[in-house]
Amino acid sequence: MEICGGQTHALLQYGIDQLLPPEITLIHGPGCPVCVTSLEAIETALQIAAQPGVIFTTFGDMLRVPGNHQDLFSARANGADVRVIYSPMDAVALAQAEPERQVVFFAIGFETTVPAIAASILHAERNHITNLSILPANVLVPPAIHAILSSPENRVNGFLAAGHVCAVMGYWEYEPIAAQYHTPIVVTGFEPVDLARGIYQTVRQLEEGRFEVENAYSRAVTREGNRMAQALINRVFEPVDRQWRGIGLIPRSGLGLRAAYRSFDALERFPVAFNTLVESPLCIAGQVLRGVATPHDCPAFSRECTPSSPLGAPMVSSEGACAAYYRYQRVKP
Amino acid sequence: MCLAIPGKILEIYERDGTLMSKVDFGGVQQEVCLATTPEALVGQYVIVHAGFALNLLSTEEAEETLRLLKELEDSNQADENLDEGK
Repeated sequence: MEICGGQTHALLQYGIDQLLPPEITLIHGPGCPVCVTSLEAIETALQIAAQPGVIFTTFGDMLRVPGNHQDLFSARANGADVRVIYSPMDAVALAQAEPERQVVFFAIGFETTVPAIAASILHAERNHITNLSILPANVLVPPAIHAILSSPENRVNGFLAAGHVCAVMGYWEYEPIAAQYHTPIVVTGFEPVDLARGIYQTVRQLEEGRFEVENAYSRAVTREGNRMAQALINRVFEPVDRQWRGIGLIPRSGLGLRAAYRSFDALERFPVAFNTLVESPLCIAGQVLRGVATPHDCPAFSRECTPSSPLGAPMVSSEGACAAYYRYQRVKP
Repeated sequence: MCLAIPGKILEIYERDGTLMSKVDFGGVQQEVCLATTPEALVGQYVIVHAGFALNLLSTEEAEETLRLLKELEDSNQADENLDEGK
């Protein structure tokens, strides 16, 4: 299983999945942050974005992710001030430029993105910017691997660990996981040669009966990772239980703001309330995200569900498995 | 989301107490925050995600991967030559 949705897209884009012998199947993992962001978080985002005086900022991928009845794109069409930004620092700059408005940033993403968010909050604090807050929805990789490997439906024999998450966090956290579940984990990059190398090292370990953590992306990743980035994360955030869309609650798999920084929590500033949330009955995104089904298994794939009219988040995102199958025309044989 | 792109640092400066830099991505220049890589020097390569440098890139390790890529190309070429009976 490749954890990262960016790797799923690269594997399909370069046709690496089609070059592999039939004994090797790539199972696509849950590493698509917009796909696993819970329906509750999206509904909360929609409600906050609709409040007067709010500028709601988000990474572009989030705009078309379906909520209960609408998405952020349609909220914008209905008059909400929803803006796409490249970096959380852009939200800080926006808050500085428009001091009479409330700027909210939708904090999604894995460990790769969290140092940027933590540094932006510290920058805002240092410069006494009080009209900025974040809607915390960040998630962590190791608890997700635990959840996959301990599930009775698990069929993963080895993992390609996400290279850029490991650039920040290192790979020491994965060593106990590989040992506990007797499963090789190989830190892998994003270029075709990196992916081929990651797959090769995983297969070699399986053939030799080893289950270790190996680094096939050493130009960007060390065992320790970026200690300074980890320290920034730990200063601002703490682990919290988090709901993953399609997967369910995973203990200590998310990051919430520590008490000292809770004044930056949008949930403390904006009251939200919603009724029962309902997923599309046709969509099998949960099974795709858990790696137990492929997008081919979905009866709605490329029929009711397309990138321009998605039923589930994996069809929206540039990292979603369904979008990758659609874009690279992996049609059912 | 987790895509990150390598770029070369052209200039390092401070803005409102935060370490920033100008980084070149093959001709396109962007402002990049160095808050988590304060040891970075002008001329070094960083891997950048959402406007932040995640880590410094190791040039030797990058060259090792390029060498493997070259090896792969060479062996493909050898295979093709063999197929064509050269």
